[in-house]
Amino acid sequence: MKTAHPHTLDALGPGESGTILALHANAELYRRLAALGLRVGKHVRILRRGRFAGPLHIRVGTTDLMLRAADACCIQVQRSHA
Amino acid sequence: MKRIALIGMPNTGKSTLFNRLTGAHAKVGNWPGITVELLAAKVLIGGEMVQLVDLPGIYDLRAHSGDEAVVTTFLARNAVDLAIVVLNASQAERQIMLLGQVARAGLRLILVLNMADEAATLGITIDRETLSADLAVPVCLISAKYGQGVEQLHALIAAALRGKDPVESASAAGGLLEQRLEAAVRRSVIIPAHASHALTEKIDRVLLHPWMGLPIFFALMFLLFQAVFFVGKPIQDAMAWALAAFRTAVLDPALTGLPAAASGLLLDGMYNGLGTVASFVPLIILFFLCMAIVEDTGYLSRAAFLMDALMSKFGLDGRSFVMILMGFGCNVPALMGTRVMRSRGLRLLTMLVIPLSLCSARLQVFVFFIAALFPANIGPLVLFSLYLVSIATAMLTSQIFKPRFVNDDPFVLEIPPYRFPTIRQMLLRGWHEVSHFLRRATRFIVAGVVLVWLLTNFPAGAAPGSLDTWAGQIGGLLNPVLSPLGIDPKLTIALIFGFVAKEVVIGALAVIYAQEGGALMTTIAGQIDWVQAYSFMLFTLIYTPCLSTIATIRSEARSRPFTALAVVWPLALAWMVSFVFYQGARIHWA
Repeated sequence: MKTAHPHTLDALGPGESGTILALHANAELYRRLAALGLRVGKHVRILRRGRFAGPLHIRVGTTDLMLRAADACCIQVQRSHA
Repeated sequence: MKRIALIGMPNTGKSTLFNRLTGAHAKVGNWPGITVELLAAKVLIGGEMVQLVDLPGIYDLRAHSGDEAVVTTFLARNAVDLAIVVLNASQAERQIMLLGQVARAGLRLILVLNMADEAATLGITIDRETLSADLAVPVCLISAKYGQGVEQLHALIAAALRGKDPVESASAAGGLLEQRLEAAVRRSVIIPAHASHALTEKIDRVLLHPWMGLPIFFALMFLLFQAVFFVGKPIQDAMAWALAAFRTAVLDPALTGLPAAASGLLLDGMYNGLGTVASFVPLIILFFLCMAIVEDTGYLSRAAFLMDALMSKFGLDGRSFVMILMGFGCNVPALMGTRVMRSRGLRLLTMLVIPLSLCSARLQVFVFFIAALFPANIGPLVLFSLYLVSIATAMLTSQIFKPRFVNDDPFVLEIPPYRFPTIRQMLLRGWHEVSHFLRRATRFIVAGVVLVWLLTNFPAGAAPGSLDTWAGQIGGLLNPVLSPLGIDPKLTIALIFGFVAKEVVIGALAVIYAQEGGALMTTIAGQIDWVQAYSFMLFTLIYTPCLSTIATIRSEARSRPFTALAVVWPLALAWMVSFVFYQGARIHWA
């Protein structure tokens, strides 16, 4: 059963979404993520994942972003139910 | 003169707004403390001449690397009377933080919500007056792309510049904490629950398709090169014919009175050299236009998405691939584009591979040789193969050097919705690229062709272009190194000048053979075969980048050993690749 356990963003599959709980990043990366809209409390949806372990295509608010799974690890989310 | 700075995040249409406010009259200039050139222009606003400066797109004014450092240094070292903060109206909520940061720098402000047309399509409603009142900053809703709201912005700028107390609005904004900024935006900018770019989603389902995405990408690139050739070649032939006709009809009779040396320098040197180069300008313009369209539509960031998995195996990332593609226009801006990378290892590795990108100057050399030695139907295929070699050498280089330049930069990029540039945007962009190319090219080419003419016509008594001239002697000296590649002494001279700028290579050949256009092609086709021509093209593609590229590498990397590596490695690689191809082809077709 998928319940209230927090996940990292890269654990979500295409079409799944969640709410950001925490960002584990240094100050510089934290600012960059925040400027791109990735902040605590925001809703994120995975649109697609690139082939051959390619980057994630995600949507937060009205902004589409791509980020590598390795970097998505630092973002903790609460999985939403469809 | 009062100075206005444009500040905004990447992908907010800041440069489009800059063009809209200034027309096409912007000039690049140098600024205290900054190593990069910034676009600036003088414009008449509210009966007063003011200077408008376009600063690079930044995410956060508190960061210390790359473009962020450029903006902070600019603001610290140059007096700015007014800052126009440009946001994408649809993304105002996340971008508004930048307004607070600029306000803290103590600047008088105007807030521009750009791309109003896109916001309207998404069903977003914006209450400009309430937002302006909440923030205590003048707010303007515009579409720089279509020109809506620009007059209102003019009025706001004029009013702001007339204001007495320079920190009046800034002090009010000083109290603008991030939470308050976001709350103000949420109150005035109403976004429907499911706002999304429906057309973009549809297109992405095809272009970013898990299996079809990459094949479609390569097919599109191939079609683009075919189209440039199909449209550009007839125009180029017409140009070459017209230039030759002008010489026969007007210049030859007009200059008969001059001494032989003077008319030789003017006609065989300058006119033939410049004319041969000029006939390629239409092709270059077409190529730039196509690349500008690919970039402006947002497809380049999709290319980064598609290529990232592959690039990461070579120690690079999706952005490196985009920079390599940008380098197909000109290596210099692509090298400067690496500033967005914060990891020095990734940045240096990308800067090492960018000069292997087949730039427009090299394109011109290849178009000439392909037209001279290959049938028209396989010409585009030959050119496409050179683009593949260009990418392959870049991959090989990064594979070899990745252990020395480690990438620890996170890969997080915006994927903008597809945008279709207007005719005006395309023309402005094309004009900007071409004038930049010509400015850079003419400077080198005039000096280059004159020098080539001198070296190929002296010492006195030597038959022009023969092996007795200074140039012939240099070519002869290098012959033992280059003859195993099928490159003869005359082509060697052209290569030497190509080190200054690849734009000079064809001009130099025109001077060396004292012929131009079609006649030059026929002569060269009579002296070398296609294997030699392809070997020469491979060498030209890979060997030492031009002087402007080296100068850019030097100023961006700030390292002598790295610059030396960027000069020596491609030279060695070029020799090896041409050697393997030439000797292999000779054995195979013996």
